[in-house]
This record gives sequence, structure tokens and C-alpha cells, in this order.
Amino acid sequence: MTKIIEPKKQRNIFSRPSSETGIWSWITTVDHKRIGIMYGYAAFFFLLVGGLEALLLRIQLSQPDNNFLSAAEYNAMFTMHGTTMIFLAIMPISAAFFNYLLPLQIGARDVAFPRLNALSFWIFIAGGLFLYSTFLFGTAGAPEGGYLDEEVSRLASAPNGGWFGYQPNAGLKYSPGTAMDYWAIGLQILGIASLVSAFNFITTILNMRTKGMRLMRMPVFTWMTFAVSFLLAFSLPIIAIALFFVTFDRQFGTTFFLTEGGGDPVLWQHLFWLFGHPEVYILILPAFGIVSEVLPTFSRKPLFGYPAIVFAGFGIAFIGFGVWAHHMFASAISPVAQAGFGLSTMIIAVPTGVKIFNWLGTIWGGKLTLNTPMLFALGFIGMFVIGGLSGVTHSVVPADTQQTDTYYIVAHFHYVLFGGALFGIFSGLYFWFPKVWGRMYNETMGKIHFWLMLIGFNVTFGPMHWLGLQGQVRRTWVYAEETNLGFWNLIVTIGAFILAVAILVFMANWIYSRRKGEKAPFDPWDARTIEWSIPSPTPVWNFSKAPEIKSLDDFWHQKYGEDEDGRAVRREGTDELLLKLEEEGLNPDEEIHLPSPSYFPLILAFGLPFLGYAIIYKSVPLALVGVILLLIGGFGWGTEPLEEEFETSEENPDAKESSTYE
Amino acid sequence: MSDAHAYPHEPTGVETRKLGFWIFLSTEILFFGTLITTFLIFKGRDFPGIKLTDVYDIPFTSVSSFVLLMSSLTMVLAHNALETNDQEKTRVWLLATAMLGAVFLAGQIYEFTEFYHKGFELSTNIFSSTFYVLTGFHGLHVFIGVVLLLALWGVGQRQRGLSLNEGMNLEFIALYWHFVDIVWIVLFTVVYLI
Repeated sequence: MTKIIEPKKQRNIFSRPSSETGIWSWITTVDHKRIGIMYGYAAFFFLLVGGLEALLLRIQLSQPDNNFLSAAEYNAMFTMHGTTMIFLAIMPISAAFFNYLLPLQIGARDVAFPRLNALSFWIFIAGGLFLYSTFLFGTAGAPEGGYLDEEVSRLASAPNGGWFGYQPNAGLKYSPGTAMDYWAIGLQILGIASLVSAFNFITTILNMRTKGMRLMRMPVFTWMTFAVSFLLAFSLPIIAIALFFVTFDRQFGTTFFLTEGGGDPVLWQHLFWLFGHPEVYILILPAFGIVSEVLPTFSRKPLFGYPAIVFAGFGIAFIGFGVWAHHMFASAISPVAQAGFGLSTMIIAVPTGVKIFNWLGTIWGGKLTLNTPMLFALGFIGMFVIGGLSGVTHSVVPADTQQTDTYYIVAHFHYVLFGGALFGIFSGLYFWFPKVWGRMYNETMGKIHFWLMLIGFNVTFGPMHWLGLQGQVRRTWVYAEETNLGFWNLIVTIGAFILAVAILVFMANWIYSRRKGEKAPFDPWDARTIEWSIPSPTPVWNFSKAPEIKSLDDFWHQKYGEDEDGRAVRREGTDELLLKLEEEGLNPDEEIHLPSPSYFPLILAFGLPFLGYAIIYKSVPLALVGVILLLIGGFGWGTEPLEEEFETSEENPDAKESSTYE
Repeated sequence: MSDAHAYPHEPTGVETRKLGFWIFLSTEILFFGTLITTFLIFKGRDFPGIKLTDVYDIPFTSVSSFVLLMSSLTMVLAHNALETNDQEKTRVWLLATAMLGAVFLAGQIYEFTEFYHKGFELSTNIFSSTFYVLTGFHGLHVFIGVVLLLALWGVGQRQRGLSLNEGMNLEFIALYWHFVDIVWIVLFTVVYLI
């Protein structure tokens, strides 16, 4: 599958051979753009599943003493809702953005390790399928004397110990059956996917930058990818080991987290939140990056305080490792630890505040274009500030012990993760839609989506603050009529259905615009970063020749100069420049070598779930299948060259210099 | 791990694959760090029952630790031989490293069985659980290292020499091997000596 492109043959690229289209070309692809798109669709699918689970929860809670879900089903649904949204929706949707945009923003042709990239994606898919196969094969038995005396439905045969899996509740004694094993091993597999992509992105950012792309000229989204990758690389090993312990406790009779054998349930909380709090920033920093691209573009101003935003991002990432115990104020930790973690929680609000002021400074006095991505970015700021403010109140320990495990906390983290992360993600989805598909989305439908979502979001999660302060407890499937919680719960449920309608509008817009949308010019937003200096949709080879970067916001400075008052003035010849860029972008005049597709990442990835089943069912044949798949994948990978029939320049670095990428 | 992209511009000056590998090793520190921390937390706990100090045999483990340390030396010799393009010696030292690693593993298996027969089983108590999971996780790393060394030795044997690209692989395996070795120095101190 060689893609050595001769100068005269580039037209062949457009009517590509059949092996480069169709389903197998996607399954075997190592192209970062296609992997990004697949990440996006898979994550959106899981977002819908997680959303459906949330709707079931809300129907159950819509009125007092409701019987829509059983207690067991309710437990399974809130556990799967949390796990799905965090590990299968928001994280991979961020990975979709990283994959698609990162190489484009630093002027590279692909990521550092294209096949590892495909491996990450397939491990994510394998892990997601493994986790969800619990609905088919898993069992959630009844703890002795527990509530589960009636027959357990399939809907309840899922992990039911919460996404945080607190011990000993998630241990074998109180969560018998295999469902929590699916959870522990499923997260383990998903963690491998994120770890591999973290290595890949860190290496890509450090080593694949084009000429002149110094660190302090990188777009903020790239910086945030960098920070998130470090967070992943240093927090996932902790949860991996903790999940090992859980699996050992459940499968091999150890007692890491069980007091019977001298173990310690609080140790689980420490290990979990030592991962879990950086995880919060893993979810939100990509959205920070996205709005930092969107706001300057539609304010027609440079980002206010670029270095401050970059360093604040790393400040958040760094301090994020030192605040974990604020999730545990209600556990047995000492008053000194409570004071310390309360303080560090207040401190981490500072770099976050710096960012908010930078964004406000960016739009201040700008010429705002209020289209859909911009609206979502502005909505993001508003909603995130609400969530951030209610969050920082939790650093006050006495207040936190009142609010912990109530709906106040639920309201708080949905304001940061839904109002924050997801609004940022939608902003990015609209913003880069023309770049990815070469068509424009429908602006009217986009705006309807935004307003429905903003209203639905606040109707859903706003009243949860009051419910929480009135004392409604999290994770309880039913509340009594006398508590007078019925009215606001009904409002919340109505809000959840408004959100569902908003998502339907978004999907309709997406499907319609993908096919019938107006053709997009390659720089529809008059944007600032170099991914807009290439044709839309992005050609397979990204840049027909390596761009040379001379400043921050390089593409903008190619288009605009300054008059004596410092106002941006469009340079003469910008129109010609754009025409020239498009012409050049579509017609590379040199050989381009792209990595060839490969089956082996897929094979390797699907070995892992078999090993998972083998542990749960103590089955040697399943283990053998897993090991054989891993061996085939690993051996094939090791012996297959990255690029077919292309002599790498490694043997004689000088000979190829003139004809390779630079 | 042959995914380096043909991209002549490497702003850090470190070969791309090597950079990726260093980042992988930095993650490994966190894996072992979490395990060691857990081990230390439980080590000081006052819990009745059999302890590691009741069953271990420090002279035996010292010898197998020495064997593992020597394997780092042979690894360096293999790398050194490759640098001077002495292919034959490279293969000899590669095989020697793999063998020393295998001896260490055999020692660990013997030790585990001994402990088991003395009633120090995986699920006996928190001391045995942390011991087996920590040293077992390290043993798994040594095992993977031995497999990689043997694979590279096999390739060299078949082709009567290692190419430049495979030499890079040797460098990665060497990095990994030294890392696993250093971890053992920490583990031996923490688990047996303190």
C-alpha cells in the first residue's frame, strides 16, 4: 500500500484506489485524521448511551416513591452513567480532537507513532465493548441479607458500586457476581489505551514540530494536549495498580482493601482520588484549549496573555496532583490533612481564575461574531464559572462535610464537566466542522442547539443545588413524598429531556450538514493557526510541504499586518496568498511518504478483552486466545515495516534529505 | 516499536523512538512507586500472622540479586560490542544477559514456592499479598525483558548480525533492562533489608 506520490500523479490521489476507501481502509488506517474521526463517532455513541442511562435515572426520580427502576437497576445505571461519560465519552472525544488537530497545529504529517495511535483507538474500543458486555454476560448477585432478593434483570447486571468503586462496598462480599470485575478490568484496558496515546502525544509535541514552531509559538490547544498527556502518563499508573489490587481482592482472595486481612479501605480512596483528581483536569483542560482557540478567532483579537494561559494550564496540572483528599473530607483523615488539602484546593482556583480573566480579556473590546462555536465558548465560560465557584466552596471543610454525597455535589461537577467540558467540546465540534468535512454546518440549527442546551442544562442542574442543600442524598433510588423534594425533581427531569432534544437537534444538523452543507472555504473563520492554512477537508498528507513558523498565530500574521495604532490591517496580496496556499495544498510537488495501514494494532488490541474474560472466568482456553492474539499482533507489528516499499533514510540519512518532508 | 516517522526535524535532538521510550519509563516509575508505597504503608501495620521476616532467606536473595546486577554488566558489554561493530560478541553478551535474567527468575520461582510451603501464601494476609504482587510485578518485567533479549538474540543469530535499526532496539532493551535492575535494587532494600 505504497503512497509514494509522484509530482505528476497527484490526481490519482483524489480518485483513490478502492483499497483506500471502504470499511477495511478505516479499520486498518493509521492516519491520525481518520483515527480522530473514529474516536469522535465512537465517543459520541457512548455519549448517547450514557445519556440514555441518565434519562432512565431521571424518570425514576421524577416523582416520589417511584417504581420505574428497581434499586438494583438504579445502582447499575448511575454507575454505568458515570463510568461511561468519563471514560468512554468525554476522554475519547478529547482524544478525537487531539488526534485530528495536534499534528495539524504543529505542522506535522502525522503523530510520532502512527501505529501506536491506531492501537490506542482499538484498545479503547475493545475496553468499551468489554465493559458493556457485562449487560450480556455479567452478574450482579445479592449480598447476604441484601435488597436483591428478587431476580436480577439484565439491566441490573452491570457494575453497581459507583464509578469510584469504593471499598469494601465494591468488594466481593457486598458486590458479589462478576459485574464489578467487568468494571475493574474494563477500566484497566481503557487505561492502557490512554497511556499509550499519552506517550504518543508527548513525543509528537516534543519531536514533530515543524521548523520554527518553538514551544512558545504553539497554539494553546496543543499546550493543553501536552498538559493532559502528562496528567494521563502520571496518574493512570496509580489507578492501574489500584485496579490490580481490586481484581486480586475479588479474584484471588487478597485483602488489600479489606480489613479482614489487615487491608485498608481508605487506601483505595487515596489511590483512586490520586488518579481521580488529575482525571478531572484531564477532562476539562482540552475544553480550555478549545475555547482558547475559538475566543480569539471570533473576537478578532490575539489571545490575551498567552504565556499566562499556558503556565496557568501547567499550574493547574501540577497542583492537580496535590488536592485529591478534598474528595475524602468525610473519610478518616486527620485535621491537619484536611486543612492542607483545603488550602491546596483554594490555591488551585488561582490559575483557573487566571484563565477566566484571560478569556474575558480576550473578548473585551473585540469585534465579536456570535455564531455557534462562539456561543458555546461563551456559554462555557459562564457555566464553568458557576461550577468553579461552587467547587471552591468545597475547600471549606465544614461546608463540604454538609454537602458531600448530596445533590449539591452532583450539581457542582455537572456544571464543570457538562457546562464546562462538554460545552467546550461542542464549541470545538462546530469550529472545526468545516476543516474536517469541507462543508459548513447549519448556523440556525446550531444556534437552536445552543439555546436549547443552555436552557436545558440550567433547568437540569441548577435546581440540583437546592435539592442538595435541602438534603437530597446522592445514589438513592427513591425519596419519600413527605420530603417535599418532588417538585424540583420533576423540573430537573424536564430539563434532562430538553437536553435530549438539544442533542437530537445537534445530530440532525450534523447529518444534514455533512451531506448537504454549503461547501466550506478553507479558511472560513479568518482564523489564526496553521491548520486553517491548508485545504478543507484536510488532504491525507496534511501539509504539502512543511510550513515554516515565524511567530505565534503565524497564519494570522501572514494575512494581517498592523497600522501605527496597532490595529490589524489586511495585507495587500492576502487574497492571492490564500489562493496560492489552496493550490499548493492540493498539489504537493514532492514525494510524500505516509505510513501504511496495518492489521496488527487491531489484533493486538482485541487480545486484551480475552485476557480479561480469562481472569473473570478462570479459563485457560480464553487466556490462550488472548495470548495468541497478542503474540500475532506483536510479532506482526515487529516484523512489518512502517512504510511499504519505501527505503527509510535511516541507513543513509543524507541521500534522502532533499526528497523527504522538508 | 519501529514507528518513528520519517521526519528529519527533531527539535529536541533526541531520536523520536528513544524519546517515547523514556516517557514510557517515566510512567513505569509511577507503577512501581504506587506498589512500593502500598508495601511500605502495610509493612508498618500491626496485624497478627506470618510475616516476610519469618520466612525469608536473605543470603539466597542476595545471591540472586547479585546475578541480576551482573546481567546489567553483560548488557553494557553487549551494547559496547555493538558500538565497535563486534557482532559476534554482541550476541554472546545478549545471550549471557538473558541467561542471567532467567537465573534470577528461577531463583524467584524457587523462593516463592519455599514461602508458599511455609504457609506464606498470596491471600494469607496483607504482608504476603503486598510481597507477592510487588515482587511478582517486577518478576513479570524481568520475564518480558528476557523474552525481548532472546528475540533480539534470535534475530542476530539468523542474520549473522544486527542492522543499525535493530541496534536501536538493543539500546531500548538495554534501557529497559537497566531500569528493571535499578528497580530491583530499590525493592531488595525496601522489601528485604529495611
